[in-house]
Amino acid sequence: MGMTIAEKIIAAAAGVSEVKPGDIHTVELDRMMSNDGTTHLTIDMYNQLKDPHIADAKKLVWIVDHNVPCDSVKTAASHKKMRDFAKEHSIQFYEGAGVCHQVMMENHVTSGELIFGADSHTCAYGAVGAFGTGVGCTDYLYAMVTGKSWLLVPETLRFNLKGKLNEGVYARDLILSIIGMIGANGANYMAMEFGGEGLKTLNMSDRIAICNLCVEAGAKTALMEIDEITLAYLKEHGRAPKHCFQSDDDAVFAHVYDIDLSTIKPIVAKPHFVDSVVDAKECVGTHIDEAFLGSCNNGRIEDLRVGAELIKGRKVHPLVRFLVVPASAEVYRQALSEGIIDTFMEAGAIVMNPNCSVCWGSCQGVIGENEVLISTGTRNFKGRAGHKDSFVYLASAATVTASAVKGEIATADMI
Amino acid sequence: MEKFSGKIWVLGDDIDTDIIIPTEYLALKTVNDMAPYAFSPLRPELASQIQKGDIIVAGKNFGCGSSREQAPEIIKALGIKCVIAKSFARIFFRNAINNGLLLIENDALRGAVSEGDEITVTINEAIEHKGISYPITSLPENLVDIIQAGGLVKAMRRLNGLD
Repeated sequence: MGMTIAEKIIAAAAGVSEVKPGDIHTVELDRMMSNDGTTHLTIDMYNQLKDPHIADAKKLVWIVDHNVPCDSVKTAASHKKMRDFAKEHSIQFYEGAGVCHQVMMENHVTSGELIFGADSHTCAYGAVGAFGTGVGCTDYLYAMVTGKSWLLVPETLRFNLKGKLNEGVYARDLILSIIGMIGANGANYMAMEFGGEGLKTLNMSDRIAICNLCVEAGAKTALMEIDEITLAYLKEHGRAPKHCFQSDDDAVFAHVYDIDLSTIKPIVAKPHFVDSVVDAKECVGTHIDEAFLGSCNNGRIEDLRVGAELIKGRKVHPLVRFLVVPASAEVYRQALSEGIIDTFMEAGAIVMNPNCSVCWGSCQGVIGENEVLISTGTRNFKGRAGHKDSFVYLASAATVTASAVKGEIATADMI
Repeated sequence: MEKFSGKIWVLGDDIDTDIIIPTEYLALKTVNDMAPYAFSPLRPELASQIQKGDIIVAGKNFGCGSSREQAPEIIKALGIKCVIAKSFARIFFRNAINNGLLLIENDALRGAVSEGDEITVTINEAIEHKGISYPITSLPENLVDIIQAGGLVKAMRRLNGLD
């Protein structure tokens, strides 16, 4: 029987020739990423083990990205714990380099790998055809000390893309539309696989944005077909694929969706659910207090270019705080060299260092009671960006920037 | 199999990890410090009302969102004996087992119960509510062992003769 990309990666990692949905396999992991959200908890549990050791420290990558720079004495202590442990055990350690998934994509991930990340958006790695999946700190600990874990083989939802996104419509609008269509648990326990002619019109930044958000439909992982765009990205970053798996012609999918990219419109996800999506036009005129352009979902150079082009020669609305946060130091430096940072600052935006920032509502840009945020972040759950009685709308870089200028939700064609 | 009864608290669909424990409280030192803020964006009074042995009955996609493991830990710290939902988000499902929190998937119960009702659960067999029995699917024995040990790390310590 034919297999999907997800099934082939699990089979390879389990050392078997065939797997099928519902099977549980012990798999060898290629890489394990953890960030300052929970690494301190992993270390505490590690120290409770009998004769603890790390199976292969070279496979571990630890990234401080959630509270950067440190915002409190408590955070300083948990960062120090992580930093000291990484040094003692020769674990690759990043601090200030950017949001973990962007740093992983820039420096580590390659096609065909099986990767655990102690962060839900680890599914982003499917952009290059790697099986990335989010786990908690106990699963991470087990993987760290054994090099292995268990995985239930997921069913796969296949998305055949055709056509091309219209001018002013972005990958972010596409994936929000898909989540709206299948629902916040529409892919629960499943893999979401993307392919078809339309995929070739989407660059690597688009692909990361799409895969990254699949967990908001409940997906275990997301996977893109590998093509010349994937291989060029890997080559540019000095990496070779581990495996170039594609789904077999007779692979079995739980469901196949055909999506014509030209039908996608600018989308807004309303509070407090990511699948609560509407045509952006329906939200036009909604008052906002803050706008955020950044995150592992939409803080890459391509997103900053979209925002900068729109805001050039304009000003951020006087009653709005517009926070711009490049997803990595590499993105930040590229934006500096293109004059993008200057454009944002000239317009009155607040440009921050690379980190998770407003998206997770802790150290930067927290919103107060009854305040409204429009964001390129990953989630709009109740209280996600601050006060429990606050409101988050999710939209593309273009819609967020246009809204920052207008002082209310607006689409790019309105400014 | 173990059998227990408890009073239930009823929640809706898509109870996400930011509802279970908002980000601003994650910096507190222990899960016991965080527990009073559990579910606070939705029901600020709930954490103080929950008593040891109570059960949560919720709708679909319970635990969606972040991989923060504090979410199931806090539910356990509140004394919740188990969570019964129409479905669970997958990361939360693994995290709950790894922390010794029992989860039961059941589609029918949520529509039949009211908050404050008492139900009886027999692990891997059935849930009883007002004379009606709702069969539940079995968890494999090794997962039940992990839950009963209080989580994966405790199960490993027991296996290694440390506890």
